[in-house]
Amino acid sequence: MMISRLLYNIRQALSQIGRNKGMTVASLFAITAMMLILSLFFSISVNVNLFTEMVKQDYDSVEVFLKDDATEEQVNSLTASFKEMNDVASVTYRTKDQAMQIMRERWGESGYLLDSLGSNPLPNSILVKVNSLKAANAVSKFANTQKNAGVESTTYYKETVDKLTRITKYLQVAILVIMLFLVVVSVVVVSNTIKLTVFARAREISIEKYIGATNWFIRGPFLIEGILIGLIASLISAVISYGIYRNVVSLIGQKVMTLLSSPLVPANYLIGNLIIIFMAMGVGIGACGSIISMRKFLDA
Amino acid sequence: MITFEHVTKMYGDNVGLEDVSIDIDEGDFVFLVGPSGAGKSTFIKLILKEIDADSGRITVGDYEVTSLSNREIPQLRRRIGIVFQDFRLLAKKTVFENVAFAMEILHKKKRVIRRRVPQVLELVGIEDMADRYPQELSAGEQQRVAIARAIINNPRVLIADEPTGNLDPITADGIMNLLDEINSNGTTVVMVTHAKDIVDKMNKRVVAIEDGHVVRDEFGQYGFHETNSSDENEGVFDDD
Repeated sequence: MMISRLLYNIRQALSQIGRNKGMTVASLFAITAMMLILSLFFSISVNVNLFTEMVKQDYDSVEVFLKDDATEEQVNSLTASFKEMNDVASVTYRTKDQAMQIMRERWGESGYLLDSLGSNPLPNSILVKVNSLKAANAVSKFANTQKNAGVESTTYYKETVDKLTRITKYLQVAILVIMLFLVVVSVVVVSNTIKLTVFARAREISIEKYIGATNWFIRGPFLIEGILIGLIASLISAVISYGIYRNVVSLIGQKVMTLLSSPLVPANYLIGNLIIIFMAMGVGIGACGSIISMRKFLDA
Repeated sequence: MITFEHVTKMYGDNVGLEDVSIDIDEGDFVFLVGPSGAGKSTFIKLILKEIDADSGRITVGDYEVTSLSNREIPQLRRRIGIVFQDFRLLAKKTVFENVAFAMEILHKKKRVIRRRVPQVLELVGIEDMADRYPQELSAGEQQRVAIARAIINNPRVLIADEPTGNLDPITADGIMNLLDEINSNGTTVVMVTHAKDIVDKMNKRVVAIEDGHVVRDEFGQYGFHETNSSDENEGVFDDD
Protein backbone atom coordinates (compact mmCIF):
# COMPACT_ATOMS: atom_id res chain seq x y z
CA MET A 1 0.00 0.00 0.00
CA MET A 2 2.62 2.49 1.09
CA ILE A 3 4.96 1.30 -1.61
CA SER A 4 2.37 1.55 -4.35
CA ARG A 5 1.57 5.09 -3.20
CA LEU A 6 5.24 5.96 -3.29
CA LEU A 7 5.60 4.47 -6.75
CA TYR A 8 2.56 6.42 -7.90
CA ASN A 9 4.13 9.65 -6.66
CA ILE A 10 7.48 8.85 -8.24
CA ARG A 11 5.85 8.10 -11.59
CA GLN A 12 3.95 11.38 -11.45
CA ALA A 13 7.08 13.25 -10.41
CA LEU A 14 9.10 11.81 -13.26
CA SER A 15 6.49 12.78 -15.80
CA GLN A 16 6.43 16.29 -14.34
CA ILE A 17 10.18 16.52 -14.61
CA GLY A 18 9.91 15.28 -18.18
CA ARG A 19 7.42 18.01 -19.04
CA ASN A 20 9.60 20.66 -17.48
CA LYS A 21 13.08 19.57 -18.47
CA GLY A 22 14.59 23.02 -18.98
CA MET A 23 13.80 24.30 -15.53
CA THR A 24 14.75 21.02 -13.91
CA VAL A 25 18.16 21.15 -15.52
CA ALA A 26 18.54 24.78 -14.53
CA SER A 27 17.83 24.10 -10.90
CA LEU A 28 20.03 21.01 -10.98
CA PHE A 29 22.89 23.23 -12.12
CA ALA A 30 22.14 25.85 -9.52
CA ILE A 31 22.07 23.40 -6.64
CA THR A 32 25.12 21.54 -7.90
CA ALA A 33 27.05 24.81 -8.14
CA MET A 34 26.02 25.75 -4.63
CA MET A 35 27.03 22.34 -3.29
CA LEU A 36 30.40 22.54 -5.01
CA ILE A 37 31.08 25.87 -3.33
CA LEU A 38 29.96 24.26 -0.14
CA SER A 39 32.31 21.35 -0.57
CA LEU A 40 35.19 23.76 -1.15
CA PHE A 41 34.51 25.41 2.18
CA PHE A 42 33.84 22.12 3.81
CA SER A 43 37.16 20.61 2.76
CA ILE A 44 39.04 23.74 3.81
CA SER A 45 37.30 23.68 7.15
CA VAL A 46 38.00 19.99 7.75
CA ASN A 47 41.66 20.39 6.89
CA VAL A 48 42.18 23.47 8.99
CA ASN A 49 40.56 21.59 11.83
CA LEU A 50 42.87 18.67 11.41
CA PHE A 51 45.87 20.95 11.21
CA THR A 52 44.86 22.75 14.37
CA GLU A 53 44.40 19.48 16.21
CA MET A 54 47.79 18.27 15.07
CA VAL A 55 49.46 21.49 16.11
CA LYS A 56 47.66 21.47 19.43
CA GLN A 57 48.88 17.98 20.19
CA ASP A 58 52.47 19.11 19.76
CA TYR A 59 52.51 22.58 21.01
CA ASP A 60 50.56 22.43 24.20
CA SER A 61 54.00 21.67 25.43
CA VAL A 62 57.43 23.11 25.77
CA GLU A 63 60.14 21.00 24.29
CA VAL A 64 63.47 21.43 26.00
CA PHE A 65 66.27 20.19 23.74
CA LEU A 66 69.29 18.80 25.48
CA LYS A 67 72.92 18.94 24.58
CA ASP A 68 74.32 15.64 23.39
CA ASP A 69 76.73 15.67 26.27
CA ALA A 70 74.14 16.22 28.98
CA THR A 71 74.58 13.73 31.79
CA GLU A 72 71.88 11.55 33.23
CA GLU A 73 72.20 13.43 36.46
CA GLN A 74 71.54 16.73 34.72
CA VAL A 75 68.52 15.25 32.97
CA ASN A 76 67.09 13.93 36.21
CA SER A 77 67.61 17.20 37.97
CA LEU A 78 65.93 19.15 35.15
CA THR A 79 63.00 16.74 35.09
CA ALA A 80 62.53 17.08 38.83
CA SER A 81 62.60 20.88 38.59
CA PHE A 82 60.01 20.95 35.85
CA LYS A 83 57.73 18.62 37.76
CA GLU A 84 57.73 20.97 40.73
CA MET A 85 56.52 23.93 38.70
CA ASN A 86 52.91 25.14 38.69
CA ASP A 87 50.50 24.08 35.93
CA VAL A 88 52.79 21.46 34.51
CA ALA A 89 50.80 18.47 33.40
CA SER A 90 53.53 16.02 32.62
CA VAL A 91 57.25 15.75 32.01
CA THR A 92 58.57 13.17 29.58
CA TYR A 93 62.11 12.38 28.58
CA ARG A 94 62.35 11.67 24.86
CA THR A 95 65.45 10.12 23.36
CA LYS A 96 66.67 11.07 19.92
CA ASP A 97 65.56 7.64 18.69
CA GLN A 98 62.03 8.19 19.96
CA ALA A 99 61.99 11.62 18.36
CA MET A 100 63.02 10.06 15.05
CA GLN A 101 60.32 7.41 15.38
CA ILE A 102 57.64 10.07 15.94
CA MET A 103 58.84 12.07 12.97
CA ARG A 104 58.80 8.98 10.82
CA GLU A 105 55.22 8.22 11.83
CA ARG A 106 54.09 11.71 11.11
CA TRP A 107 55.66 11.82 7.71
CA GLY A 108 53.86 8.61 6.92
CA GLU A 109 54.45 7.63 3.31
CA SER A 110 57.22 10.18 2.99
CA GLY A 111 59.03 8.55 5.94
CA TYR A 112 61.54 6.87 3.63
CA LEU A 113 63.07 10.29 3.04
CA LEU A 114 64.46 10.13 6.56
CA ASP A 115 66.42 6.99 5.72
CA SER A 116 68.90 9.01 3.70
CA LEU A 117 69.93 10.99 6.73
CA GLY A 118 72.43 8.41 7.96
CA SER A 119 73.03 9.39 11.58
CA ASN A 120 70.13 10.78 13.62
CA PRO A 121 70.44 14.58 13.79
CA LEU A 122 67.67 14.98 16.35
CA PRO A 123 68.61 15.85 19.93
CA ASN A 124 67.38 14.20 23.13
CA SER A 125 64.72 16.30 24.75
CA ILE A 126 62.43 16.76 27.70
CA LEU A 127 58.80 17.30 26.77
CA VAL A 128 56.96 19.42 29.32
CA LYS A 129 53.20 19.50 28.87
CA VAL A 130 51.71 22.66 30.30
CA ASN A 131 48.19 23.77 31.12
CA SER A 132 48.65 27.49 30.63
CA LEU A 133 50.58 30.04 28.71
CA LYS A 134 51.99 31.31 31.98
CA ALA A 135 53.43 27.92 32.85
CA ALA A 136 54.90 27.63 29.36
CA ASN A 137 56.64 30.97 29.85
CA ALA A 138 57.95 29.91 33.22
CA VAL A 139 59.23 26.58 31.94
CA SER A 140 60.89 28.18 28.97
CA LYS A 141 62.48 30.92 31.07
CA PHE A 142 63.79 28.48 33.62
CA ALA A 143 65.14 26.14 30.95
CA ASN A 144 67.04 28.98 29.32
CA THR A 145 68.86 29.66 32.60
CA GLN A 146 70.08 26.07 32.59
CA LYS A 147 72.29 26.29 29.50
CA ASN A 148 75.20 25.12 31.65
CA ALA A 149 73.21 22.21 32.98
CA GLY A 150 72.69 20.43 29.67
CA VAL A 151 69.97 22.55 27.97
CA GLU A 152 70.57 23.39 24.34
CA SER A 153 67.43 25.36 23.52
CA THR A 154 63.63 25.44 24.03
CA THR A 155 60.66 25.82 21.78
CA TYR A 156 57.07 26.51 22.58
CA TYR A 157 54.21 27.75 20.45
CA LYS A 158 51.33 28.09 22.84
CA GLU A 159 50.62 31.61 21.71
CA THR A 160 50.58 30.53 18.09
CA VAL A 161 48.30 27.63 18.92
CA ASP A 162 45.86 29.89 20.72
CA LYS A 163 45.78 32.23 17.77
CA LEU A 164 45.28 29.36 15.39
CA THR A 165 42.45 27.98 17.47
CA ARG A 166 40.72 31.35 17.43
CA ILE A 167 41.11 31.64 13.67
CA THR A 168 39.68 28.16 13.23
CA LYS A 169 36.65 29.12 15.26
CA TYR A 170 36.04 32.26 13.20
CA LEU A 171 36.50 30.27 10.04
CA GLN A 172 33.94 27.72 11.15
CA VAL A 173 31.36 30.36 11.97
CA ALA A 174 31.99 32.08 8.65
CA ILE A 175 31.58 28.82 6.77
CA LEU A 176 28.39 28.07 8.64
CA VAL A 177 26.95 31.45 7.66
CA ILE A 178 27.93 30.94 4.04
CA MET A 179 26.40 27.48 4.06
CA LEU A 180 23.18 28.91 5.45
CA PHE A 181 22.98 31.49 2.68
CA LEU A 182 23.64 28.89 0.04
CA VAL A 183 20.97 26.62 1.44
CA VAL A 184 18.40 29.41 1.45
CA VAL A 185 19.30 30.30 -2.14
CA SER A 186 18.90 26.67 -3.16
CA VAL A 187 15.51 26.38 -1.52
CA VAL A 188 14.36 29.47 -3.40
CA VAL A 189 15.68 28.07 -6.69
CA VAL A 190 13.94 24.73 -6.23
CA SER A 191 10.71 26.31 -5.08
CA ASN A 192 10.67 28.54 -8.15
CA THR A 193 11.26 25.60 -10.44
CA ILE A 194 8.42 23.72 -8.88
CA LYS A 195 6.20 26.76 -8.85
CA LEU A 196 6.41 26.76 -12.64
CA THR A 197 5.14 23.20 -12.75
CA VAL A 198 2.44 24.10 -10.28
CA PHE A 199 1.29 27.05 -12.37
CA ALA A 200 1.34 24.92 -15.50
CA ARG A 201 -0.85 22.43 -13.69
CA ALA A 202 -3.04 24.94 -11.85
CA ARG A 203 -6.21 23.87 -13.62
CA GLU A 204 -5.49 20.19 -13.17
CA ILE A 205 -4.84 20.70 -9.49
CA SER A 206 -8.09 22.60 -8.97
CA ILE A 207 -9.97 19.79 -10.72
CA GLU A 208 -8.22 17.25 -8.54
CA LYS A 209 -9.28 19.14 -5.45
CA TYR A 210 -12.93 19.15 -6.56
CA ILE A 211 -12.83 15.41 -6.97
CA GLY A 212 -11.64 15.15 -3.40
CA ALA A 213 -7.88 14.83 -3.60
CA THR A 214 -6.21 15.77 -0.33
CA ASN A 215 -3.49 18.39 -0.28
CA TRP A 216 -0.95 15.69 0.41
CA PHE A 217 -2.13 13.65 -2.54
CA ILE A 218 -1.56 16.65 -4.78
CA ARG A 219 1.64 17.63 -3.05
CA GLY A 220 3.13 14.14 -3.21
CA PRO A 221 4.47 14.21 -6.77
CA PHE A 222 5.84 17.73 -6.32
CA LEU A 223 7.52 16.72 -3.10
CA ILE A 224 9.15 13.77 -4.84
CA GLU A 225 10.10 16.03 -7.75
CA GLY A 226 11.89 18.39 -5.38
CA ILE A 227 13.58 15.56 -3.52
CA LEU A 228 14.71 13.94 -6.78
CA ILE A 229 16.22 17.20 -8.00
CA GLY A 230 17.99 17.63 -4.68
CA LEU A 231 19.25 14.06 -4.61
CA ILE A 232 20.54 14.09 -8.17
CA ALA A 233 22.28 17.41 -7.58
CA SER A 234 23.88 16.03 -4.42
CA LEU A 235 25.18 12.95 -6.22
CA ILE A 236 26.60 15.01 -9.09
CA SER A 237 28.31 17.38 -6.68
CA ALA A 238 29.67 14.52 -4.58
CA VAL A 239 31.25 12.89 -7.62
CA ILE A 240 32.76 16.16 -8.86
CA SER A 241 34.00 17.14 -5.40
CA TYR A 242 35.57 13.74 -4.92
CA GLY A 243 37.39 13.91 -8.24
CA ILE A 244 38.72 17.39 -7.61
CA TYR A 245 39.69 16.79 -4.02
CA ARG A 246 41.50 13.55 -4.80
CA ASN A 247 43.55 15.36 -7.41
CA VAL A 248 44.33 18.16 -5.00
CA VAL A 249 45.49 15.70 -2.37
CA SER A 250 47.74 13.83 -4.78
CA LEU A 251 49.11 17.10 -6.17
CA ILE A 252 49.89 19.06 -3.02
CA GLY A 253 49.41 16.53 -0.25
CA GLN A 254 53.17 15.87 -0.06
CA LYS A 255 54.05 19.54 -0.03
CA VAL A 256 51.54 20.33 2.69
CA MET A 257 52.96 17.43 4.69
CA THR A 258 56.51 18.67 4.37
CA LEU A 259 55.68 22.32 4.93
CA LEU A 260 53.20 22.04 7.77
CA SER A 261 54.01 18.53 8.98
CA SER A 262 50.27 17.86 8.91
CA PRO A 263 48.58 15.58 6.37
CA LEU A 264 45.49 16.47 4.28
CA VAL A 265 42.29 14.66 5.16
CA PRO A 266 42.15 11.64 2.84
CA ALA A 267 39.70 11.94 -0.07
CA ASN A 268 37.83 8.77 0.85
CA TYR A 269 37.21 9.95 4.38
CA LEU A 270 36.12 13.39 3.23
CA ILE A 271 33.73 12.11 0.58
CA GLY A 272 32.14 9.64 2.98
CA ASN A 273 31.02 12.55 5.13
CA LEU A 274 30.35 14.91 2.29
CA ILE A 275 27.98 12.59 0.45
CA ILE A 276 25.85 12.11 3.56
CA ILE A 277 25.75 15.86 4.16
CA PHE A 278 24.95 16.54 0.52
CA MET A 279 22.18 13.99 0.33
CA ALA A 280 20.59 15.17 3.54
CA MET A 281 20.78 18.73 2.26
CA GLY A 282 19.51 17.75 -1.17
CA VAL A 283 16.46 16.02 0.28
CA GLY A 284 15.87 18.88 2.69
CA ILE A 285 16.25 21.58 0.07
CA GLY A 286 14.02 19.73 -2.37
CA ALA A 287 11.31 19.01 0.16
CA CYS A 288 11.31 22.54 1.60
CA GLY A 289 11.38 24.06 -1.87
CA SER A 290 8.37 22.11 -3.04
CA ILE A 291 6.34 22.62 0.11
CA ILE A 292 7.04 26.35 0.08
CA SER A 293 6.14 26.64 -3.59
CA MET A 294 2.77 24.99 -3.02
CA ARG A 295 1.85 26.52 0.29
CA LYS A 296 -0.08 29.51 -0.99
CA PHE A 297 -1.50 27.55 -3.83
CA LEU A 298 -3.08 24.80 -1.78
CA ASP A 299 -4.42 27.09 0.91
CA ALA A 300 -6.44 29.02 -1.62
CA MET B 1 -29.64 13.89 2.21
CA ILE B 2 -28.92 17.58 1.77
CA THR B 3 -30.36 20.07 4.21
CA PHE B 4 -30.03 23.82 4.47
CA GLU B 5 -31.34 25.36 7.68
CA HIS B 6 -31.64 29.13 7.62
CA VAL B 7 -28.46 29.51 5.65
CA THR B 8 -27.23 33.00 4.90
CA LYS B 9 -24.22 33.95 2.84
CA MET B 10 -23.36 37.55 2.06
CA TYR B 11 -20.70 38.87 -0.27
CA GLY B 12 -20.01 42.19 1.33
CA ASP B 13 -23.34 43.99 0.93
CA ASN B 14 -24.57 41.65 -1.78
CA VAL B 15 -26.84 38.78 -0.93
CA GLY B 16 -25.66 35.32 -1.94
CA LEU B 17 -28.31 33.39 -0.08
CA GLU B 18 -30.50 34.72 2.69
CA ASP B 19 -32.20 32.55 5.28
CA VAL B 20 -32.55 29.64 2.91
CA SER B 21 -33.96 26.33 4.13
CA ILE B 22 -34.10 23.37 1.78
CA ASP B 23 -34.48 19.67 2.42
CA ILE B 24 -33.46 17.26 -0.30
CA ASP B 25 -34.23 13.63 0.45
CA GLU B 26 -32.16 10.66 -0.47
CA GLY B 27 -32.96 9.55 -4.02
CA ASP B 28 -34.44 12.90 -5.05
CA PHE B 29 -33.87 14.46 -8.43
CA VAL B 30 -33.89 18.20 -7.96
CA PHE B 31 -33.50 21.01 -10.48
CA LEU B 32 -32.07 24.21 -9.12
CA VAL B 33 -33.21 27.03 -11.38
CA GLY B 34 -33.15 30.78 -11.40
CA PRO B 35 -31.70 33.77 -13.18
CA SER B 36 -28.01 34.55 -13.25
CA GLY B 37 -26.69 35.75 -9.92
CA ALA B 38 -29.74 34.38 -8.09
CA GLY B 39 -27.68 32.28 -5.74
CA LYS B 40 -27.47 28.90 -7.48
CA SER B 41 -23.71 29.03 -7.59
CA THR B 42 -23.56 29.99 -3.95
CA PHE B 43 -25.76 27.02 -3.16
CA ILE B 44 -23.36 24.57 -4.79
CA LYS B 45 -20.24 26.23 -3.43
CA LEU B 46 -21.70 25.92 0.04
CA ILE B 47 -22.45 22.22 -0.40
CA LEU B 48 -18.83 21.60 -1.46
CA LYS B 49 -17.59 23.91 1.27
CA GLU B 50 -15.74 25.97 -1.24
CA ILE B 51 -17.11 28.91 0.70
CA ASP B 52 -18.41 29.09 4.26
CA ALA B 53 -21.90 30.15 5.26
CA ASP B 54 -22.22 33.23 7.46
CA SER B 55 -24.94 31.58 9.48
CA GLY B 56 -27.22 28.54 9.40
CA ARG B 57 -26.51 24.85 9.15
CA ILE B 58 -25.79 22.65 6.13
CA THR B 59 -25.60 18.86 6.12
CA VAL B 60 -24.76 16.46 3.33
CA GLY B 61 -25.37 12.86 4.28
CA ASP B 62 -23.56 12.28 7.56
CA TYR B 63 -21.47 15.38 7.14
CA GLU B 64 -22.27 18.58 8.89
CA VAL B 65 -20.70 20.77 6.26
CA THR B 66 -20.87 23.98 8.23
CA SER B 67 -18.68 22.62 11.01
CA LEU B 68 -16.26 20.68 8.84
CA SER B 69 -12.58 21.50 9.15
CA ASN B 70 -10.51 22.23 6.08
CA ARG B 71 -8.77 18.90 6.47
CA GLU B 72 -12.08 17.06 6.16
CA ILE B 73 -13.16 18.78 2.95
CA PRO B 74 -11.61 16.11 0.68
CA GLN B 75 -13.57 13.43 2.57
CA LEU B 76 -16.78 15.34 1.92
CA ARG B 77 -16.04 15.87 -1.77
CA ARG B 78 -15.26 12.21 -2.31
CA ARG B 79 -18.81 11.41 -1.33
CA ILE B 80 -20.24 13.92 -3.74
CA GLY B 81 -19.99 13.36 -7.49
CA ILE B 82 -19.56 16.59 -9.40
CA VAL B 83 -20.20 17.32 -13.05
CA PHE B 84 -19.37 20.70 -14.53
CA GLN B 85 -20.63 22.62 -17.52
CA ASP B 86 -17.10 22.66 -18.97
CA PHE B 87 -16.41 18.98 -18.11
CA ARG B 88 -13.11 19.71 -16.31
CA LEU B 89 -11.30 16.65 -17.52
CA LEU B 90 -7.54 16.26 -17.13
CA ALA B 91 -6.26 16.93 -20.65
CA LYS B 92 -3.07 14.93 -20.27
CA LYS B 93 -4.80 11.79 -19.13
CA THR B 94 -6.77 9.35 -21.23
CA VAL B 95 -10.45 8.74 -20.65
CA PHE B 96 -9.55 5.67 -18.62
CA GLU B 97 -7.00 7.58 -16.54
CA ASN B 98 -9.40 10.45 -15.95
CA VAL B 99 -11.99 8.15 -14.50
CA ALA B 100 -9.40 6.04 -12.70
CA PHE B 101 -8.03 9.16 -11.04
CA ALA B 102 -11.08 9.46 -8.80
CA MET B 103 -10.29 5.96 -7.52
CA GLU B 104 -6.57 6.61 -7.18
CA ILE B 105 -7.42 9.44 -4.81
CA LEU B 106 -9.01 6.84 -2.58
CA HIS B 107 -5.87 4.68 -2.92
CA LYS B 108 -7.83 1.88 -4.53
CA LYS B 109 -5.82 -1.07 -5.76
CA LYS B 110 -4.84 -1.12 -9.42
CA ARG B 111 -6.59 -4.42 -9.91
CA VAL B 112 -9.84 -3.01 -8.58
CA ILE B 113 -9.49 0.09 -10.74
CA ARG B 114 -8.88 -1.96 -13.87
CA ARG B 115 -12.03 -3.94 -13.26
CA ARG B 116 -14.27 -1.08 -12.18
CA VAL B 117 -13.47 1.65 -14.72
CA PRO B 118 -14.61 -0.28 -17.84
CA GLN B 119 -17.87 -1.13 -16.10
CA VAL B 120 -18.64 2.51 -15.49
CA LEU B 121 -17.50 3.56 -18.97
CA GLU B 122 -19.94 1.03 -20.33
CA LEU B 123 -22.66 2.37 -18.07
CA VAL B 124 -22.25 5.86 -19.53
CA GLY B 125 -21.90 4.47 -23.03
CA ILE B 126 -18.28 5.25 -23.96
CA GLU B 127 -16.65 1.90 -23.29
CA ASP B 128 -14.71 1.93 -26.56
CA MET B 129 -13.08 5.32 -25.92
CA ALA B 130 -11.01 4.37 -22.89
CA ASP B 131 -7.64 5.05 -24.53
CA ARG B 132 -8.55 8.34 -26.20
CA TYR B 133 -7.77 11.77 -24.82
CA PRO B 134 -10.58 14.17 -23.85
CA GLN B 135 -9.83 16.65 -26.63
CA GLU B 136 -10.39 13.88 -29.19
CA LEU B 137 -13.96 13.42 -28.01
CA SER B 138 -17.16 15.29 -28.78
CA ALA B 139 -18.64 17.53 -26.09
CA GLY B 140 -21.30 14.97 -25.24
CA GLU B 141 -18.73 12.23 -24.94
CA GLN B 142 -16.56 14.38 -22.71
CA GLN B 143 -19.50 15.03 -20.44
CA ARG B 144 -20.06 11.28 -20.24
CA VAL B 145 -16.46 10.87 -19.13
CA ALA B 146 -17.05 13.50 -16.47
CA ILE B 147 -20.17 11.69 -15.31
CA ALA B 148 -18.31 8.40 -15.21
CA ARG B 149 -15.66 10.04 -13.04
CA ALA B 150 -18.34 11.54 -10.80
CA ILE B 151 -20.13 8.26 -10.13
CA ILE B 152 -17.25 5.80 -10.08
CA ASN B 153 -16.96 5.83 -6.29
CA ASN B 154 -20.72 5.39 -5.88
CA PRO B 155 -21.43 8.77 -4.32
CA ARG B 156 -24.82 9.19 -2.73
CA VAL B 157 -25.11 12.65 -4.20
CA LEU B 158 -24.40 13.81 -7.73
CA ILE B 159 -24.19 17.53 -8.30
CA ALA B 160 -24.43 18.67 -11.89
CA ASP B 161 -23.68 22.30 -12.62
CA GLU B 162 -25.22 23.17 -16.00
CA PRO B 163 -24.20 19.78 -17.37
CA THR B 164 -26.00 20.42 -20.65
CA GLY B 165 -24.92 24.03 -20.98
CA ASN B 166 -22.37 23.31 -23.71
CA LEU B 167 -24.34 20.61 -25.52
CA ASP B 168 -26.77 20.58 -28.40
CA PRO B 169 -30.36 19.52 -27.58
CA ILE B 170 -30.04 15.93 -28.78
CA THR B 171 -26.78 15.32 -26.93
CA ALA B 172 -28.28 17.04 -23.91
CA ASP B 173 -31.20 14.60 -23.98
CA GLY B 174 -28.75 11.72 -23.87
CA ILE B 175 -27.02 13.19 -20.83
CA MET B 176 -30.35 13.78 -19.11
CA ASN B 177 -31.34 10.17 -19.70
CA LEU B 178 -28.06 9.11 -18.16
CA LEU B 179 -28.58 11.32 -15.09
CA ASP B 180 -32.11 10.00 -14.77
CA GLU B 181 -30.78 6.46 -14.87
CA ILE B 182 -28.18 7.23 -12.23
CA ASN B 183 -30.92 8.75 -10.11
CA SER B 184 -33.14 5.71 -10.52
CA ASN B 185 -30.32 3.63 -9.06
CA GLY B 186 -30.70 5.57 -5.84
CA THR B 187 -28.25 8.44 -6.23
CA THR B 188 -29.54 11.84 -5.22
CA VAL B 189 -29.11 14.24 -8.13
CA VAL B 190 -29.02 18.01 -7.84
CA MET B 191 -28.82 19.76 -11.18
CA VAL B 192 -28.34 23.47 -11.71
CA THR B 193 -29.71 24.56 -15.05
CA HIS B 194 -31.14 27.28 -17.23
CA ALA B 195 -32.60 24.88 -19.75
CA LYS B 196 -36.36 25.35 -19.56
CA ASP B 197 -37.18 22.67 -22.07
CA ILE B 198 -35.19 20.06 -20.19
CA VAL B 199 -36.75 20.93 -16.85
CA ASP B 200 -40.21 20.91 -18.32
CA LYS B 201 -39.68 17.58 -20.05
CA MET B 202 -38.24 15.80 -17.00
CA ASN B 203 -41.06 16.79 -14.66
CA LYS B 204 -39.01 16.65 -11.44
CA ARG B 205 -38.82 18.69 -8.27
CA VAL B 206 -37.85 22.27 -9.12
CA VAL B 207 -36.32 24.64 -6.58
CA ALA B 208 -36.31 28.19 -7.92
CA ILE B 209 -33.94 30.73 -6.44
CA GLU B 210 -34.12 34.44 -6.99
CA ASP B 211 -32.15 37.18 -5.27
CA GLY B 212 -30.87 34.74 -2.69
CA HIS B 213 -34.26 33.39 -1.68
CA VAL B 214 -36.11 30.22 -2.54
CA VAL B 215 -39.11 31.56 -4.37
CA ARG B 216 -40.68 28.26 -5.35
CA ASP B 217 -40.20 24.58 -4.53
CA GLU B 218 -42.55 22.21 -6.33
CA PHE B 219 -42.72 19.42 -8.85
CA GLY B 220 -43.14 20.26 -12.48
CA GLN B 221 -42.19 23.18 -14.59
CA TYR B 222 -39.28 25.56 -14.96
CA GLY B 223 -41.49 28.53 -14.17
CA PHE B 224 -39.19 31.37 -15.19
CA HIS B 225 -39.05 32.93 -18.57
CA GLU B 226 -36.15 31.18 -20.14
CA THR B 227 -33.00 33.21 -19.93
CA ASN B 228 -30.27 32.86 -22.47
CA SER B 229 -27.93 30.32 -20.93
CA SER B 230 -24.93 32.08 -22.43
CA ASP B 231 -25.58 34.86 -19.91
CA GLU B 232 -24.07 32.72 -17.26
CA ASN B 233 -20.79 31.72 -18.70
CA GLU B 234 -19.01 32.03 -15.44
CA GLY B 235 -18.81 28.52 -14.05
CA VAL B 236 -19.71 27.89 -10.47
CA PHE B 237 -16.18 27.00 -9.61
CA ASP B 238 -14.22 29.73 -11.24
CA ASP B 239 -11.67 31.20 -8.93
CA ASP B 240 -12.23 34.69 -7.65
